[in-house]
Amino acid sequence: MSPLLSIERLSVAIGGVTLLDDISLSLDRGQILGLVGESGSGKSLTALTVTGLLPLIGGRIASGRILFDGTDLASLGPAGLRKLRGGRIGFVMQNPMTALDPVQRIGEQIDVVSRLHLGLSGEAARARTLDLMGQLRIPEAAAVAEAYPHQLSGGMKQRIVIAMALAGEPDLIVADEPTTALDVTVQAQIIQILTGLVRERGLALLLITHDMGVVAQACDRVAVLYAGRVAEERAVDPLFERPAHPYAAALIGCIPREGMAEGSLKGIAGSVPPATQFPPGCRFHPRCPHAVDICRTERPLLRETPDGGLVACHLAERIAG
Amino acid sequence: MSEPLLVVKGLTKRFMTGGGWFARPRSMTAVRSVNLTVGRGEVVGVVGESGCGKSTLARLILRLIEPTEGDITLGGTRLSGIGQAELRRERRRMAMVFQDPYSSLDPRYTIAETLAEPFRVHGLPVTQQAISGMLEAVSLPASAALRYPHQMSGGQRQRIGIARALALRPEFVVLDEPTASLDVSIQAQIIELLAALREGFGLTYLFISHDLGLVRYFCDRIVVMYLGAVVEVLPDARAVPRHPYTRALMDSSFAPDPKARREIAPLSGEIPSPFNLPPGCAFAGRCSRAVEACRSASPPLTEEGGHAVACFNPL
Ligand SMILES: Nc1ncnc2c1ncn2[C@@H]1O[C@H](COP(=O)(O)OP(=O)(O)OP(=O)(O)O)[C@@H](O)[C@H]1O
Ligand SMILES: Nc1ncnc2c1ncn2[C@@H]1O[C@H](COP(=O)(O)OP(=O)(O)OP(=O)(O)O)[C@@H](O)[C@H]1O
Ligand code: SF4
Ligand SMILES: [Mg+2]
Ligand SMILES: [Mg+2]
Repeated sequence: MSPLLSIERLSVAIGGVTLLDDISLSLDRGQILGLVGESGSGKSLTALTVTGLLPLIGGRIASGRILFDGTDLASLGPAGLRKLRGGRIGFVMQNPMTALDPVQRIGEQIDVVSRLHLGLSGEAARARTLDLMGQLRIPEAAAVAEAYPHQLSGGMKQRIVIAMALAGEPDLIVADEPTTALDVTVQAQIIQILTGLVRERGLALLLITHDMGVVAQACDRVAVLYAGRVAEERAVDPLFERPAHPYAAALIGCIPREGMAEGSLKGIAGSVPPATQFPPGCRFHPRCPHAVDICRTERPLLRETPDGGLVACHLAERIAG
Repeated sequence: MSEPLLVVKGLTKRFMTGGGWFARPRSMTAVRSVNLTVGRGEVVGVVGESGCGKSTLARLILRLIEPTEGDITLGGTRLSGIGQAELRRERRRMAMVFQDPYSSLDPRYTIAETLAEPFRVHGLPVTQQAISGMLEAVSLPASAALRYPHQMSGGQRQRIGIARALALRPEFVVLDEPTASLDVSIQAQIIELLAALREGFGLTYLFISHDLGLVRYFCDRIVVMYLGAVVEVLPDARAVPRHPYTRALMDSSFAPDPKARREIAPLSGEIPSPFNLPPGCAFAGRCSRAVEACRSASPPLTEEGGHAVACFNPL
């Protein structure tokens, strides 16, 4: 069976600048794919492309394609994309405040999704809204439905946004840093809710995060992006055990772990360059501790790893050991 | 613990809010009877979730705001109750690094001007050489002096924030979530920089964070706060938590290790409103170990071998 979501050799440009360069990813039903990388690596841009929102920020697909359940998104046109987004593709945006209308009651904002996408009557939509709120363990759902966004805590607002994403009965949820602004105890609640939905209903989840801890605990597979390219795409266990790309290894080494000796926390020297200043060859080479001559001139192509992953590094075999 | 540098006793801060035309002013206690000692050369961590009073505690200690009650002593000098002139002198001994490197630097000033500012405030001379030295200490090139904040990355700005804090060679530095807005890659750089500076300058840190994993990596002792009060003091990073809230914080942190994967068992319930705290232990409503006593009386912070916990039914 073909995957639910398949991103094939996708390049995305805004103005004359190519921001995503030859990205390939795929995601099955019942699976969680993590998308990680430092700020500016292209995570949100990938999310916007998959949800058909690219034109909104003046971007376009320069080459490649996105297949959702076999359909090329490019063939859909604006109306078709609108129907898909909020319907079979639910989107949880990075900032819950931008996703919620501050002057409309919470319940109405969720109702409208199932009215629009499932054609429910007002009454049926509200019943569905309250049911969803209950599933997301929102206490006193009926009262919360009458509230305005500013009356709710950050964690509660994020659950409302997830309820909105679920209201159209999606097959795929794209969640862009759904827990970044939240406290750890609330983050744990939200991640538990999202992973539960995948396990129980067979949803597919594209989970964007910059937190390798969230990836390790919640995801099945992970794609590490760097400067608009896929550096490594693997199942979570082998990636953490034997990262094959120096960037993936470095990202893992940035997080303090139980029993880590003092001074062993390693940062990554330098920072992600802006898209107009990507270096030739491997884009990571100026920050890479392993870089050799070929890295500075030749682009490393994505190659298969023995465990069915992908890695783009000239020295991958040596790095993974 | 070494000789105490900072001693905080019974520190309390109440804020009055509201009181517009229709609303009655309400009072909330952001910091409640906090006792805290930081030894010279120590790194003490303060963890807790958003709104638990970490930044208020920091601002009280530096006397950027006035306490409602309580005493603060730095190196034997009582900071509470001293006059402005004397306070200004004492302030040179302490400094703060702020959470947001974007809003904490004035966009109109060059980096050199920003770094010269603490000297200017205290009427001290500053040379270009001194500025270069400060930049070097935080691993930035001397050429950074002529740049403006908007020309620098978040990590570089936070290095400037650190250089500025260290300008007058303080003994004691409060770090208020210095890496919260940065990528983990940059966070790791900043943490190692802070560790090196501590060695180099013999600094004492109060390190505020909501990241228990980070605090356990970086700090010698850890103070856990919940709704304005200290609920536990861990004597070292490896200590096993005894307060159910600390345990919950630990269970909610995701280890970057799939082998340590476990069922997520998140805390239930919401943090109660600080304006309307229930009687008894503030955590009782979310606590799986709550007993009868927890709902009527506040558990006192009791210490045993440097490990203090405020709980009627500790682990
Ligand atoms: N509307 C836009 N116009 C021009 N460039 C953009 C636009 N949106 C994003 N970019 C650029 O595209 C690149 C990728 O941005 P993106 O927002 O996808 O990063 P990200 O990985 O989501 O980062 P973060 O972790 O900060 O959210 C960056 O270099 C960014 O500057
Ligand atoms: N000037 C003020 N007036 C009224 N209330 C305040 C004031 N400053 C802080 N508070 C309140 O005091 C409580 C503690 O705030 P504080 O900023 O110390 O929390 P924090 O632990 O630093 O949180 P965060 O992790 O979000 O930075 C909060 O409920 C906050 O709204
Ligand atoms: S290709 Fe070279 S520079 Fe790039 S990650 Fe691999 S070793 Fe480092
Ligand atoms: Mg983003
Ligand atoms: Mg704070």
